[in-house]
Amino acid sequence: MSLLEVKNLEVRFAMRKEELVALRDVSFKVEKGERLGIVGESGAGKSVAAFSILNLISKPGYISAGEIIFEGQDLTKLSPQQMSQIRGNRISMVFQDPMMTLNPVLTIGTQMTEALHAHQDISKEDAKQRAIETLAQVHIPSAATRFDQYPHELSGGMRQRVVIAIALITKPPLIIADEPTTALDVTIQAEIMDLMMELCRTSEVGLILITHDLGVISQMTQRAIVMYAGRIVEEGDTKDIINDAYHPYTHGLMDALPQKTTPGQRLNQIKGVMPALSSIPDGCAFNPRCPLVADICRTTIPDYSNIGSTRVACHKAAPRGS
Amino acid sequence: MLAFFVRRLVQAALVMLIISVIAFSIQDNLGDPLREMVGQSVSEAERQALREEMGLNDPFLIQYWRFLKKAVQGDLGTSYFFKRPAVDVILDKLPATLELVFGASLIIILFSVPIGVFAAIYPKHWFSKLAMGVSIVGISIPVFLTAILSIYIFSVELNWLPSFGRGETVEIFGGWTTGFLTRDGLVHLILPCIALSSIMLPLFIRLIRAEMLEVLESEYVKFAWAKGLSPNRVWFLHALKNTLLPVITVGGVQIGTLIAYTILTETVFQWPGMGFLFLEAVNRVDTPLIIAYLIVVGLIFVITNTVVDLIYGLVNPMVKLARPQGGDD
Ligand SMILES: Nc1ncnc2c1ncn2[C@@H]1O[C@H](COP(=O)(O)OP(=O)(O)OP(=O)(O)O)[C@@H](O)[C@H]1O
Ligand SMILES: [Mg+2]
Repeated sequence: MSLLEVKNLEVRFAMRKEELVALRDVSFKVEKGERLGIVGESGAGKSVAAFSILNLISKPGYISAGEIIFEGQDLTKLSPQQMSQIRGNRISMVFQDPMMTLNPVLTIGTQMTEALHAHQDISKEDAKQRAIETLAQVHIPSAATRFDQYPHELSGGMRQRVVIAIALITKPPLIIADEPTTALDVTIQAEIMDLMMELCRTSEVGLILITHDLGVISQMTQRAIVMYAGRIVEEGDTKDIINDAYHPYTHGLMDALPQKTTPGQRLNQIKGVMPALSSIPDGCAFNPRCPLVADICRTTIPDYSNIGSTRVACHKAAPRGS
Repeated sequence: MLAFFVRRLVQAALVMLIISVIAFSIQDNLGDPLREMVGQSVSEAERQALREEMGLNDPFLIQYWRFLKKAVQGDLGTSYFFKRPAVDVILDKLPATLELVFGASLIIILFSVPIGVFAAIYPKHWFSKLAMGVSIVGISIPVFLTAILSIYIFSVELNWLPSFGRGETVEIFGGWTTGFLTRDGLVHLILPCIALSSIMLPLFIRLIRAEMLEVLESEYVKFAWAKGLSPNRVWFLHALKNTLLPVITVGGVQIGTLIAYTILTETVFQWPGMGFLFLEAVNRVDTPLIIAYLIVVGLIFVITNTVVDLIYGLVNPMVKLARPQGGDD
């Protein structure tokens, strides 16, 4: 049994005038200790997908169809109390901006131990002990001092380490990290990624890592999902997605990487922009931007086809260059 | 923290200095103090002599300096009407006014926090909608109208509550008389306190609701949910603490406004406080009393603001910025 299996997930936003579909037919699995990457441009639905797992989609979003099977139970059917026993206990989250994630008026210690107290019957002293151990685990120097400090006394990189420590403190089997380094300095980004990698490896924690950056995906993950306009367009082993992708959108993302550009030239961005939820084109949502577009792409939503380890939704699916 | 405290005290002293200049300069514009003191029967030459003797012909700054020296010793002149030190006259009435303000503040705090928080947590609940609707109406009704209406309903029609005076008071210490310790005193406090709180209460309900709504949308509250904390902990620890920070600041300023409104409330309810006394003093052109009132009220205002700032500093960890920011990466 997989650790997490998302089946045909559909998420909608009940706007005043209309229902907007933010995710359609999203299915994927995470095995125990596996690291899965989700990429896509801004607005692809990566965050909605991540937050819907813990039923934390911001209003007016709601899960309108599908199942989220985690450790054998369907999370979409849980009561609020049952759900809060999963949150922060079996599945933890790491948010994008560590400057905003920590509560400014509570100490680091309070914010760490409350996660323990919420899920375990643990004494104050033991909780403090665990918190300090976990701070050391994420390589925070003088952990015992940090315990009594407030977030504003720490730098951005340190705060993200604290957030990661909070996520880890209950020893969950799965962590969801939504662009955990986007808000940080480039030099610190690599440190934080290395740290997450090390922690996931040593503790056999599963990871869903959301990012814009295919480079990060290739270093960090074993499997990868490419999303576009609320749909998974391609999914497979990371090495296959990086080396032998079939979807023209994935090719476009690869070409946009700075490493693929001759120095001095502009980046090869995909022309056009991701559509808003209210104006997703008929047929394949990517068709107005697609270099391979054909008539069928404008009328019919492509089904998934399996090619090797990869699952792809494209009428024109083909390896690079053919 | 000490630096913060000292800075705040210096600020408070500066504000008091400015208030004293303003209060003192009013003196010249309120008519001739001599006429108030000696009447019409004295000859012009005698007047001049008296003026010279009292230093009324000295330059402004010298007069002000004299005034200030006496003022810091607690001497703000003698009331023309009461023939007693103006400060003593004011201080006699201070308990009545402060108890009124205290009662109104208590009402504001006890009602605005729960209602504002509830309306933010359950924005679609009928009670929230009702509270928001009523508060809009409440803001736009003037205090004296609320006062007169409440007198009409609860005193005249229903005859439940008294509408006049402080009722029975007892002296507790240093001449402080309180109405909070007798049943009669408490009953007399109800209507004036409600009337005084009537504009500020809806304002605070709306302020707290708006702040709380914003905080509930914040990333750190979202993160608190993601940790699996109980709703009570998220709402009443994570969200409420951040909601109340800006409210405390506004609250400090509004207590000053509340004291200004006591003039109206005390007049309507014949409440024997400083505000009532002040209106009488204005009618009698009792200049020392007017000045003493302004300075005492200014002092109360400055003290409450300083105390509120200090509380804010205690609640908000970010104020202790004396320590250098961490930065170990
Ligand atoms: N609360 C909301 N109400 C309405 N629409 C929303 C809401 N939250 C997200 N959306 C829409 O859902 C779509 C997907 O948003 P999402 O935040 O998942 O994108 P993303 O892939 O995470 O992008 P980014 O890389 O910028 O974080 C977007 O079109 C966005 O406008
Ligand atoms: Mg996002």
